[in-house]
Amino acid sequence: MRAFTVLTSKVMPLDRPNVDTDAIIPKQYLKSIRRTGFGPFLFDDWRYLDPGTLEVDPATRRPNPDFVLNDPKHAGAQILIARENFGCGSSREHAVWALDDYGFRAVIAPSFADIFFSNCFKNGLLPVVLKADEVQAIFEGVASDPGKQFTIDLPAQELRLPCGKAFKFEINPHHKHNMVNGLDEIGLTLQQADVIRAYEARRAQQAPWLFN
Amino acid sequence: MAKTLYDKIWDAHTVIDQGDGSALIYIDRHLVHEVTSPQAFDGLRLNGRKPWRLAANLAVPDHNVPTVNRRLGISDPISRAQLDALDANCRDFGITKFDLMDVRQGIVHVIGPEQGATLPGMTVVCGDSHTSTHGAFGALAFGIGTSEVEHALATQTLVLKKAKTMQIRVNGHVGPGVTAKDITLAIIGEIGTAGGTGYVIEYAGEAIEDLSMEGRMTLCNMAIEGGARAGLVAVDDKTIDYVKGRPFAPKPEQWEAAVAEWKTLHSDPEARFDRVVEIHAASIEPQVTWGTSPEMVGPVSARVPDPAQIEDPVKRNGMQKALAYMGLTANTPITQIAIDKVFIGSCTNSRIEDLRAAAAVVRGKRKADSVKLAMVVPGSGLVKQQAEAEGLDKVFLDAGFEWREPGCSMCLAMNADRLEPGERCASTSNRNFEGRQGQGGRTHLVSPAMAAAAGIAGHFTDIRSWT
Repeated sequence: MRAFTVLTSKVMPLDRPNVDTDAIIPKQYLKSIRRTGFGPFLFDDWRYLDPGTLEVDPATRRPNPDFVLNDPKHAGAQILIARENFGCGSSREHAVWALDDYGFRAVIAPSFADIFFSNCFKNGLLPVVLKADEVQAIFEGVASDPGKQFTIDLPAQELRLPCGKAFKFEINPHHKHNMVNGLDEIGLTLQQADVIRAYEARRAQQAPWLFN
Repeated sequence: MAKTLYDKIWDAHTVIDQGDGSALIYIDRHLVHEVTSPQAFDGLRLNGRKPWRLAANLAVPDHNVPTVNRRLGISDPISRAQLDALDANCRDFGITKFDLMDVRQGIVHVIGPEQGATLPGMTVVCGDSHTSTHGAFGALAFGIGTSEVEHALATQTLVLKKAKTMQIRVNGHVGPGVTAKDITLAIIGEIGTAGGTGYVIEYAGEAIEDLSMEGRMTLCNMAIEGGARAGLVAVDDKTIDYVKGRPFAPKPEQWEAAVAEWKTLHSDPEARFDRVVEIHAASIEPQVTWGTSPEMVGPVSARVPDPAQIEDPVKRNGMQKALAYMGLTANTPITQIAIDKVFIGSCTNSRIEDLRAAAAVVRGKRKADSVKLAMVVPGSGLVKQQAEAEGLDKVFLDAGFEWREPGCSMCLAMNADRLEPGERCASTSNRNFEGRQGQGGRTHLVSPAMAAAAGIAGHFTDIRSWT
């Protein structure tokens, strides 16, 4: 997994609560059996005026000029900010893959849905939880100057604003360690294979019907 | 120390306590479907890994499958490629799979319990958020992403942070015409779609004890729509009776020991929850969603709410966007909302009890002419077989409803079953998000009886006054 340490970037303001994973990547793209290539379909229903599928070349479609991702002012932003409960709904990891493939490295919101939140850490996409008033302050900062650069410093667990102010954020130490070092969680778990086998042997004695 | 049901299952499955509130948790059952697994199998191949314990896995295609003319195969080449990938992956790695033409095929959350593959006290995972369904059996069941699918396949464990616990007590008894679907929608209306974030919900109270296993599955299915990754109901005699004799259930010589353990699967009387929510069952009416999030819900007797009455600007803005998308005007009575389509199915409401309830409403009646399509999609081949043995297919067909083959169908519209832009649907599924049932489609979530009645009347109607 790609490591995440410090990122400085513009911020893409998506001013909506409850952004669900169906909105992040609609179902027709879930037919792909690959992990990559979802970026052009990120926020598909909001981003284009005409419908799309895996077979339609996105370059031939009509972008919705009113949607924030299509606003040239925000082009190149690697940080996305939204309102509460970001990533709710379906467990599809394709939502994280689409955000990553588009070029986002971090998402800021006052709260995230649990499955999306956990999926982020498997892919090096950093979810940053800030207080609602801090999120509001960033939205206002971006509105006043879309070119403003914000810095997310994961080792220091803070987001620094262009004015010099910083917002601290919490992160599970285990998640932080894996993100900062870009560690593969399966490889780490398999180092404990003997402990897992010992658990199984014990459990098969107590509850043999679980091992039929 | 007194333990909650969640504590008991967590402790029994802790392989390594990491000491920071997280643990390596053993996974007893892993259900697999075609949409979220191909990249996980590729990951195994790429790293030269194998599934840790083959017998823990059970696979079935459901999201992409056609619900008509199944013998002709799948015409969409991309959908077909995904089903072929599941076939190849299960064959290559040796995982048990029910094929498309197998009578046991169906929606993964219907067939798990139906086969006895979901057992009380288990940890159950699947790359699908509605895995919470299996919590009806006193199993800790939750949806995971594809990386975790790969992790579960490769290690039979997941690294999990222990959740907070919420008890939702539904006290007293519901009135006639009020179902598990209405209870679960009313709960989401109460706590909000993020109310359960970070929690595992245990449902309790007389109204929950009253529910059949099918009803409890409907209830737990939508725990995730309240933000909770898992929902739980304590084991009782109904649970044990349901499991008995199913193909994957404990063998006869294991049965007594299993039942003895299952009878401990309830929260201790003194157990403490991080949050307790109490709801009066008698106050719950049949529910209808009016917006684009399951929390945007109200009783059928109500009107579409007015954003002008909302003070919080973020909330007001969200409501305005939702009503614009839904093509609804504030203060319209819910019963005056006309529909174009009816969908009875999904992992929420496609079990035999759901089909019986819908059939009872349409028996001897005809679909309204203004309703373009009313479709009934059973949750599995076995549910379909049972319904046909009871003559329910005939009841639906006589009423002008379509009778389909099992699958996820128009709950998420990955196959050919979908809404066209602007079409309005009375749906027994679980999500009313924008575009969920087809781009531009408008979804109203209801119980099977309410959906059936809307199909006959052409608009929402209060099932309590249905004759």
